[in-house]
Amino acid sequence: MVDTAEKSAVRAASTPAALSPAPTVPESPPVGAKLGRLIRTVAWRSAAVLIFLAIWQFAPTLGWADRTFLTPFSEVIRALWELAVSGELWEDVSISLIRSLSGFFIAISVGVPLGLLIAWYRGVANFLNPLLTIFLNTAAVALLPVFVLILGIDETSKIAIIAYACVWPVLYNTISGARNVDPLLIKSVQSLGVKGPKLFQKVILPAALPTIFTGIRLAGAASILILITTELVGAKAGLGYLISSSQYNFQIPQMYAGIVTVAAIGVGFNALLVYLERRVSHGR
Amino acid sequence: MSTAKISVDRVSKTFKSGAGQTVLAVDDVSFEVADREFVTLVGPSGCGKSTLLELIGGLTAPTTGRLTLDGIPITGPGLDRGIVFQQYALLPWRTAAANVELGLEVAGLPKRERVERARAVLSLVGLDQFRDRYPHELSGGMRQRVAIARSLAYEPKVLLMDEPYAALDAQTRELLQGELLTIWERTKATVVFITHGIEEAIYLGQRVIVMTSRPGRIKATIPIELDDRRGSGDIRSTAKFTSYRHELWELLHHEVRKEVAPVG
Repeated sequence: MVDTAEKSAVRAASTPAALSPAPTVPESPPVGAKLGRLIRTVAWRSAAVLIFLAIWQFAPTLGWADRTFLTPFSEVIRALWELAVSGELWEDVSISLIRSLSGFFIAISVGVPLGLLIAWYRGVANFLNPLLTIFLNTAAVALLPVFVLILGIDETSKIAIIAYACVWPVLYNTISGARNVDPLLIKSVQSLGVKGPKLFQKVILPAALPTIFTGIRLAGAASILILITTELVGAKAGLGYLISSSQYNFQIPQMYAGIVTVAAIGVGFNALLVYLERRVSHGR
Repeated sequence: MSTAKISVDRVSKTFKSGAGQTVLAVDDVSFEVADREFVTLVGPSGCGKSTLLELIGGLTAPTTGRLTLDGIPITGPGLDRGIVFQQYALLPWRTAAANVELGLEVAGLPKRERVERARAVLSLVGLDQFRDRYPHELSGGMRQRVAIARSLAYEPKVLLMDEPYAALDAQTRELLQGELLTIWERTKATVVFITHGIEEAIYLGQRVIVMTSRPGRIKATIPIELDDRRGSGDIRSTAKFTSYRHELWELLHHEVRKEVAPVG
């Protein structure tokens, strides 16, 4: 399910370029018409978001929803601005980013080499695959109490569980990417005298890279999800803490400001990873 | 005997199929290929031709029998034999030139020499203009030319080709067949060329080896005597060519029927 959603996200991200006027059109229309079409495209693509924001704005102001619980969007933006100006927002964002990126990069630096190693030994891969499937499909959050029990409630346990949640998609995709390299490709390269580590470096790793990146992108989404969960449950700083403490103190606009920031970071992070993924999948 | 470049001596190969049964793919095959000879192997699909080529290429080992190259037993793949596959098998993330350079890179050639050689073989196959293109930017015929250039890059003495033109359209195929004969003359390589096309086998081969349907055995060996294959005329419609075609058709027809007809 996640995969399909991710894929459509990729498509959505890639279409604007495809829709911009193609240079090969024989009779190129006047600049005005081109611009008009571009504006129409952009308008259509942002319409759903704008409608959503409009409902958010007008539902409380027109009295369709309780203003105390649903702050109008404009006030959320004001609260966000105040948090940004006071420096408080940046503090929470930086703490959260350090946590999630630490876990994310630990997971990649463990998951990719380990996955390649496991893929190299076919028997080991077959042996470990069922176990990996279990870990991949067990919600990492369910293990949060275990991590807290063992590592306490400070940074270590937060980064550890983020790394834990991120490592499975990376590991799983690295193994399947490395194992599903076209056998003919390997055979033909072997006939050129390429073998052993060179075969890995020159053929298997680059061939597996797009699949590995799919795992990395899933890990990116997981890192934000787990980060916020751990910060909601127990933290003294960070975006999750900002959200939960604002709610606790009944600073509802600030709570929404925190949520909006989380959404923006999530979308931005995903867009960056999608961009990198497209770069490594060049020509395939 | 002493002039044989490649010698296949009573070679058999069995496989374990998915269902756990053993399948005899190549059954007691013996033949020799002389130095600088162009031999085509023709047979119905699934007759073990490709297996035979992989055996010569050293990508698999025979179950029984012996294969030698210049009298030395074949134990694995080597740079003295270049293999060209039907599906091109180019690395999609490398340009044409970088694909050609791959083997040279691993062999440890200095960069300048690599570039030089890649340039030379790419121009030999008529792709000087397309060195920096990626495989997905090239047509099927061009990709196959890159694959041929890649296997020619370290000047192998033997070129093994596994239905390299089967996926191409008829015009491109004839064009590449002509080019291959030129390359063969220029490089003075020994060529073993596998095909299921009768005309291709006659046009290219100095000798056509006909194989039976599975298990693959040698049914007949037919020397081809055609003068000036690459002349301007349509050699494929000469009386001689037609009679070879008919002879091979008769030999193969029976085999294909055996393969297709229901057992019992």
